[in-house]
Amino acid sequence: MPLEQLLQYFFAGITEGAIYAIIAIGFNIIYNTTGIINFAQGEFLVLGGMIATSLAVVLPLPLAVAGAVAATMVVGALVDLVFIRWLASPSVLRLVVITIGVSILLREGMLHAWDEKVRALRNFTGTEISSVRILGAHIAPQALWVLGIAGLIVAALALFFRYTLAGRAMRACAANRTAARLCGIKTRRLVTLSFCLSAGIGALAGCALSPLTQTQYDMGAPLAIKGFTVAILGGLGNSTAAVAAGLILGLLETFSVSLLPLAYKDAVSLAVLLAILFLRPGGLFGRREVQRLKEF
Amino acid sequence: MRRYLPLAAVALVVVGLQLALQAAGAMYYLTQLTMAAGYCLVSIGLCLLMGYAGQLSLGQAGFFAIGGYASAVLTTLKLDAAAPAARLLARLGILAERRDAFENLLLGVSPWAALLAAVLATGLVALLIGLPVIRLKGHYLAMATLGFGLIVFRVLLGTRFLGEADGIGGVPALPLFGLEVTGGKAHRVESYYVAWGLVLAALLLAVNLIHSRVGRALRSIHGGEEAAGALGVDTARYKLATFIAGAVLAGVAGAFLTHYNGGIGPSEASSMKSVRYVAIVAVGGMDNLWGTLLAGAALSFISLRGYLGSYDDAFFAVILIAVMLFFPDGLLRRARIGRGGG
Repeated sequence: MPLEQLLQYFFAGITEGAIYAIIAIGFNIIYNTTGIINFAQGEFLVLGGMIATSLAVVLPLPLAVAGAVAATMVVGALVDLVFIRWLASPSVLRLVVITIGVSILLREGMLHAWDEKVRALRNFTGTEISSVRILGAHIAPQALWVLGIAGLIVAALALFFRYTLAGRAMRACAANRTAARLCGIKTRRLVTLSFCLSAGIGALAGCALSPLTQTQYDMGAPLAIKGFTVAILGGLGNSTAAVAAGLILGLLETFSVSLLPLAYKDAVSLAVLLAILFLRPGGLFGRREVQRLKEF
Repeated sequence: MRRYLPLAAVALVVVGLQLALQAAGAMYYLTQLTMAAGYCLVSIGLCLLMGYAGQLSLGQAGFFAIGGYASAVLTTLKLDAAAPAARLLARLGILAERRDAFENLLLGVSPWAALLAAVLATGLVALLIGLPVIRLKGHYLAMATLGFGLIVFRVLLGTRFLGEADGIGGVPALPLFGLEVTGGKAHRVESYYVAWGLVLAALLLAVNLIHSRVGRALRSIHGGEEAAGALGVDTARYKLATFIAGAVLAGVAGAFLTHYNGGIGPSEASSMKSVRYVAIVAVGGMDNLWGTLLAGAALSFISLRGYLGSYDDAFFAVILIAVMLFFPDGLLRRARIGRGGG
């Protein structure tokens, strides 16, 4: 494979990987405060993209994206308030099934609120045919936007968790929920906040992705399962590792296209998911001793 | 003997329903009732796994599709009578002749041999997937089974000889003692009885299983896996066996409905279908075979008749959420008294 082609695949891989990493971080934020895997995470991306495309008709692009992010955050908070917050010590099975139900409900809601058509946000800069040349490879400017926004999200979250009171409370909650509550942290509020935050970053990623891959009401589930694969690959709850894992999966998927038919691309990441669940459920970067104490 | 009474009641309802529909001149309902029977089979299998052994599976539609596609591929083969493979199959006596629309003679595997192959294929896949999967718990188990279902779906969609998005059509009828299972109007009644006969047979097996040593072991796993293990129950083996049994029932249902519908498409493997089975078992009361049967028949029938229009999936999602929010142990629960005998 010539260098230019290799680079081309590489950039495509890290662009997809960045999106997967953001979804995985969305999973992690909610998982850390609640112990729940939110199966509706993928729908947040689609919802963000959908709202943004509709708003972009009347508003300038940055405002449309901001509006979409805000609206999706409200939906995220509602998901927690309506379906999860008032349950007294629910079992994992119950929460899994409820969030799956919510994801279907959101998907069907989008189908009826919009339609089954494929739509796309316009490129943030340039057009579909403009490209940036890097070392002989042609990169769509939008791919750079995706990478930039993903980097921004990761950096902003790092600052949020380190320097703000809410962020620190969430970290305390992740480390030990009971202890956090005993310190006077209102854990229920944090859960709502974590749903808000996950929905928000999901929506932003969905907007950045929309010009590249388009947005359709039923795209959420495949995105969610890949994000989940990445979250597991990095070790559930570990957002730094999720970035690395996202890039690994993105590259793996893109390069698989050069060997296998395109239709099997999704099957590749699913096979990675099954393999990692069977072999190292604690993730690539998890320590074996820690893994032995955890329940999978 | 008491444990078989509900079974007799189900048989009576099945016969009564057919007679009533005949009297009312509404025989067209039988088509949906026959298909509902197929989905009931899948639900009974999931009920054993989810309700009794306490293991969630979001991949049942994948097993249904494997059974259905195995049957469809084998029975619609176009073998050359002179080819060595055909001669080998002919010597085993499992070839069947059929004619296409132009009266050309086609050679494929006979439906019963194909059904056997479908059962073996589903069982084998369930064994291979089950060995690692069944050790997982909670989210991990849910995602692994969901992932398995999605892989099946993607592979079906992407494979040329499985018909890609179109699926496989032209599957012949399943002959049975002079009866034929097929979708045509002339065979409506016999297909209905064969379908519900299958369901009754599955129920009989399930009832016997639940009341055996195995059933008690499964309940103990559900109650507390560590405690069950400490009492000497080989939890891994029982969970795996139930997983395979559930998968095989789904595979049989898939093969049966493929013959009945004359074909199968990839949508049967979609994750939404798997979620439906979970919804049916949840409505049925989790460890309640009869509730599952009722929920499976009623919900599938409503959905198949198209009463829900484009709100079909949303309907199942709402049911699922509502049951899980307000009745986490399932909707149709029997009284707690006499649970051990139920």
